[in-house]
Amino acid sequence: MKQNSLKEYFRQWDAGNFDFTEAMAGEDHPKRPKPEKPLPAWDKKPILRLRNREIAFFRKLYAPIAVVLCTVMIGFLIYTVCSLPPFGAADLPTNNEVTARYLGKGMEETGAVNTVAGVILDYRAFDTLGESHVLFTAMLAVLALLLSESGIRESEAERRIMQDDLILRTTARVVTPVTLIFGVYVMFNGHLGPGGGFSGGAIVGAGLILYSIAFGFENLGRILNFKMFRIVVLFALSFYSIAKCYSFFCGANGYETIFSAGTPGAIFSAGLILPLNLAVGLVVSLTMYGFYSLFQRGEI
Amino acid sequence: MEIIELMLLIFLLICGIATCLSKNLLVSLIIFMAYSVIMSVVWILLEAPDLSITEAAVGAGISSVLMFITLKKIRDIRRKNQNETKQP
Repeated sequence: MKQNSLKEYFRQWDAGNFDFTEAMAGEDHPKRPKPEKPLPAWDKKPILRLRNREIAFFRKLYAPIAVVLCTVMIGFLIYTVCSLPPFGAADLPTNNEVTARYLGKGMEETGAVNTVAGVILDYRAFDTLGESHVLFTAMLAVLALLLSESGIRESEAERRIMQDDLILRTTARVVTPVTLIFGVYVMFNGHLGPGGGFSGGAIVGAGLILYSIAFGFENLGRILNFKMFRIVVLFALSFYSIAKCYSFFCGANGYETIFSAGTPGAIFSAGLILPLNLAVGLVVSLTMYGFYSLFQRGEI
Repeated sequence: MEIIELMLLIFLLICGIATCLSKNLLVSLIIFMAYSVIMSVVWILLEAPDLSITEAAVGAGISSVLMFITLKKIRDIRRKNQNETKQP
């Protein structure tokens, strides 16, 4: 039984017997002859058979039309790219007073050494707030679609095979702590260097996924259950919204905020950017882990 | 330096075309991972290290894992359907 299930496990990764075009168009692969099937009941009615013939006609036209349309589109895009002004030219329309302000006074006003973090979490934080709510909405949609699926849970044998893999477990034991620490570093360092909440959260999420692939969901699921997930995501997003509302209110009315810019270059500086990065990182890492968990076993 | 950039861009093109043209979905996914890794190096050369980190973590890591799981689920469902049609 065990050898058999191992064979099954390897066979399911061999993707040779599945073809997307086959699934989409309903046509068999040309190399494999389709077995003769009796006509379905609806095909015997004359009107429906006519419609079927029309569909076959359009299916024949589909390939040449697709090639022609793609060629025209590619030619159009290449022509547009060729007529673009050179990268970094002085007379570009994007090279205006906004860029000069960001680059000239960004560090002084936001306290962030990394100008990108200063722009996306301070000057343009309203856009980032909208983006994180888009991510939250996408997560809700995935939850609604996958949480109710009960027929996709992984089987017991499959889980045993995954966890018996010595190479996977040893690698995961070495790589997971490094990944998690690097992710937290990227999150905390978003205002000083490249990185920030989204990339750091994605790295932490990848580390959590690696851990749960190698060691199963039992250990991690004790801490990261659905209740924890809801509480953390809710608090992080509402902290983001409330903090940005406060800072917009103060900024619009010309008040001093309690979050000062601090010394550029210090770890606790740049006002709201560090806590906002942490909030975004928490949401993103839990969302990535939650997606994996939902896909793999249908629950968090 | 320009030679390296040119080579990376050519690899990028090859990976992009091969992803579309390969018949095997698993191979297609692995080529797509390679595309993401090359793209993250290209981001560094374009002086966008923030994007490079994100591309490496999301493009090569998480989205590929999610697509691998989806592929496995599709195969499970197909096999279950085949078993159901064989039994009667």
